[in-house]
Amino acid sequence: MQTDKLYSTLFRSTFFLSMFTFGGGYVIVPLMEKKFVNELKWISEDEMLNLIAIGQSAPGPIAVNTSILVGYRMAGFKGAMVTVLGTILPPLGIMTVLAYIYLAVRDNALVNNVLLGMQAGVAAIIVNVVYNMAKRVVKQKKVIPVLVMVASLIAVIGLQVNILWILLFSAVTGGLMTIVDLKRRVHKEEAQ
Amino acid sequence: MILLELFLSFFQIGLFSFGGGYAALPLIEQELIHAQGWITSQQFIDILTLSEMTPGPIAINAATFSGNQIAGILGGIVATVGVTLPSVIIVQLLAYVYFKYKNLTMVQGVIQGVRPAVVALIASAGVTIFMTAMFGHSNWPVAIDEINWVSILIFAVGLLFMRRFKASPIQIILISGLAGGLIYSFI
Repeated sequence: MQTDKLYSTLFRSTFFLSMFTFGGGYVIVPLMEKKFVNELKWISEDEMLNLIAIGQSAPGPIAVNTSILVGYRMAGFKGAMVTVLGTILPPLGIMTVLAYIYLAVRDNALVNNVLLGMQAGVAAIIVNVVYNMAKRVVKQKKVIPVLVMVASLIAVIGLQVNILWILLFSAVTGGLMTIVDLKRRVHKEEAQ
Repeated sequence: MILLELFLSFFQIGLFSFGGGYAALPLIEQELIHAQGWITSQQFIDILTLSEMTPGPIAINAATFSGNQIAGILGGIVATVGVTLPSVIIVQLLAYVYFKYKNLTMVQGVIQGVRPAVVALIASAGVTIFMTAMFGHSNWPVAIDEINWVSILIFAVGLLFMRRFKASPIQIILISGLAGGLIYSFI
């Protein structure tokens, strides 16, 4: 494939996905999968699942991470730069315009009423998101993740501990659990 | 220099938001509202509302919008680049390691450990958002007569729609905006 064509397809695909998809990463990523696996057939289903797993293991927006991985997979660093630009340019443009409209109309009485209503709607969305996420943690039926969740909640709301300490503490816990888990697996294999 | 501070703040937000767009919310709250005092909790909700209403990743939307609020068009660009840069670096490092060793067990184990903490952090941002929506501010203590009953009603109906009828966030925002526009304008 010609490199020019590769870059332009990478850019156009990620640009349009970011431009027309509402709802953030959890909606964009499946569409990205459809585009690159089913339509373009550039990446196999298995490899795409691995890329998505890597994207979720890194910090930052999942849609951005996954697009960087697709670009990197297809054309290395340059490919990654092309896809990340494709993904961030649409929100950058749209939100810049919106920021000025917001400043101009924020004090209008009707706009204020609409936004006041939306605040309650957003509160409901966040409560729903947190409920679903917490349910997933509890459903694992493991003690330590639930303890980490409760301890973090107390630390951040009750004691107002800096978020970075909580992340560091939970990362160390996760690391230790993985080491214990790996050791256990080795023991099991030796016993067999 | 405001642009440099803005860049560093958003770099930090991008670097430590594990688990997608919502994970950036508690960091945005801690950094922009409490540490820097650049935005109020009301603006924080407005940013989230507009980010939900527009296409694209929520964290990018929030960065561009708050950057613009704080330091104009350049601010928007700087914040967006800042929040994206950690991804650009770390994701490619991880990809390199993965393609070389085909193994990310340790990295994924650490992320598994962070996830429950992230839920708690998002919940704490949720408390700020809930309080601001219901009482008009997020400072303890709150008084009973500060409660906005219309907000409680919209909140309850919105939650019901999502749990019972699987309504999407964008539908909830549009319906609650319509409800707010009608109820507040005619009462």
